[in-house]
Amino acid sequence: MSYTWLVPLPVMIPLFAAGLALALYRRPRLQQVISVVALMLMVVFSAWLMAVVDAGPIVVNSGGWAAPVGVALVGDRLSALMLTVSSTVLLSVMVYSIGQGISDGNHKAPVSIYHPTYLALAAGVSNAFLAGDLFSIYVGFEMLLVASYVLLTLGGTFERIRAGAIYVVVGLLSSMIFLTALAMIHAATGTMNLAQLSVRLAEIDPDVALVLQILLLLGFGIKAAIFPLSSWLPDSYPTAPAPVTAVFAGLLTKVGVYAIMRTQTLLFPSGRLDDALMWLALATMIIGILGAVTQNDIKRLLSFTLVSHIGYMVFGIALGSKIGLGAAIFYVAHHITVQTTLFLIVGLIERRGGTTSLTRLGGLAKVAPGLAVLFFIPAMNLAGIPPFSGFLGKVGLLEAGAAQDRPLAWVLVIGSVVASLLTLYAIVKAWNKAFWQPGTDDVPDVKLPRIMVGPAAALLLVTLAITVFAGPLYDYANRAATTMMDSRNYVDAVLSPEGRGDGHSTDKDGPGRVDESNLRDADAEEGVVS
Amino acid sequence: MTDMVPSLMLVLAVGAFVTAGVYLLLERSLTRVLVGFILISNGVNILLLLSGGKAGGAPIVGVTAEEDMADPLAQFMILTAIVITFGLTAFILAMAYRSWQMHGHDEVQDDLEDRRIARLAARNAPTVAGSDTADTSDLSVDDEASEARDETARGEEPS
Repeated sequence: MSYTWLVPLPVMIPLFAAGLALALYRRPRLQQVISVVALMLMVVFSAWLMAVVDAGPIVVNSGGWAAPVGVALVGDRLSALMLTVSSTVLLSVMVYSIGQGISDGNHKAPVSIYHPTYLALAAGVSNAFLAGDLFSIYVGFEMLLVASYVLLTLGGTFERIRAGAIYVVVGLLSSMIFLTALAMIHAATGTMNLAQLSVRLAEIDPDVALVLQILLLLGFGIKAAIFPLSSWLPDSYPTAPAPVTAVFAGLLTKVGVYAIMRTQTLLFPSGRLDDALMWLALATMIIGILGAVTQNDIKRLLSFTLVSHIGYMVFGIALGSKIGLGAAIFYVAHHITVQTTLFLIVGLIERRGGTTSLTRLGGLAKVAPGLAVLFFIPAMNLAGIPPFSGFLGKVGLLEAGAAQDRPLAWVLVIGSVVASLLTLYAIVKAWNKAFWQPGTDDVPDVKLPRIMVGPAAALLLVTLAITVFAGPLYDYANRAATTMMDSRNYVDAVLSPEGRGDGHSTDKDGPGRVDESNLRDADAEEGVVS
Repeated sequence: MTDMVPSLMLVLAVGAFVTAGVYLLLERSLTRVLVGFILISNGVNILLLLSGGKAGGAPIVGVTAEEDMADPLAQFMILTAIVITFGLTAFILAMAYRSWQMHGHDEVQDDLEDRRIARLAARNAPTVAGSDTADTSDLSVDDEASEARDETARGEEPS
């Protein structure tokens, strides 16, 4: 049975739902229903896709145009896994934000644009994961970035406009760098299709390829917040509303990490920049976490840990080995859920304690023991305490680093242990101050609405499920890494051995079906050489 | 393969656009940043145009002979990029206007939390010739936020 219809759904559903939600802007209740149903469908179909593509990647040639010509969508293990995790996160955050809107009485928030924008963000994320050509990745990035600009400046308050200005300008700059890279790549190879690029980039002058690789890494590095390019993140994320911060922190940087994974393995398998990436990973880990240690605001503290933990994923990618990449993929899945959960729970803490400043918070362990448990588990998970998934992911990365057995890899191994300990320190500091230090008497007496606690707790269960089912998930990640390490898998799936996707496109004017056969042979030979 | 030797004028134009754009992007005022962004994106669009090889006829089978066709892919990418840029321009204009509405200017401001932490660090540092007493402002972050004006418009404070 063919499952090609399944692949575009994670993009189409939220996009249509966004249009519908926009059209129904006068009916907030209906908008909520649409968003939740759309995201639920997205979760179901993504999980289904994840099961289906385990047998092999599925390629959709949209519009019936054969692969290198049209826009191809490719669902493989990595993209399906990322889709499943991110749509789960998107759904929980949506329910949480609806809860927040309901308990705030809905009067201030501009809910009518919130839902369509959020759904557009979801579509952009899916599009970036599924895109089979570089330009579609760019379009996916733009969709999610533009949606994120709107979400970040929601309401247009002073603080949000200030933070938004920086975020938007940095976002624009990274998009321009990405677009420049696309123009250069197009000039050098004449194609945008990832599979064909994989073949052709191996044929061009390696130095030109190196420039292209650096340009792409620059663009993605800003989005993924890799060290020298990360200073925008801790400033802009915390000012957004709690659910928005949660979804940004969990997802947006990971889309950048995904793009790095995809391009490093598929387009530039030679790994010439691996050593540079290693150093960047080390700097990201250590400097990010040092930033977290100095912070006195729990949201900002978490933003800095986010930067720091991006370093782990970059480390996994830079190792350039199967187990390294597998561990990085597992770590991404773990980190998306844990980071989002933590931000949701910090939203609850802010509600209960009235502030996010660690000097003013206090005594919450007594006042809200349930909240303390909710915070404690993902916090320990983030710090990598056994038996949680954070520990498993880190062990995987350390093993992969140790397996390389060269000085730089050992430096990284030590660096990641240090960063992990410092994460524990920062988290414990936050815990002590918010939950154990003698509380002020004026803790507002609010009850946490169940509809907000529910999604946060559900997401917490997902992180625990990642721990419990770490075995199968790790295997899946490793299988994904195995197929990715050999770019021929991807190329063959998209272009098929004849050098063309299915669907029809004639190379020449006229009926052409017949004289196409010659070309096919020529293309096929080209493919074999690679 | 198409003729890939680009027109020198266009290459120079890309350089000029991007240079001017980067210069403006480094400014404080959001409006200038916006102009800078527009210039850079125009430069990059021309670069995309160059990436398609030499100019040619409409890429429609039956209208133009195949060897005279322009590369449609480059044009499709430029069109998409223009649409995206257009939307973003509108958004930034709205943001600049909102900023002006709220505090009479549209400057991108420093991160006050960073400033506060730097001040704390200075206070904690061992005294070296009184250097840590320079900044003893006890404004709260929020008060300071409304005070904060950066270099460009000193002296001509709107009322």
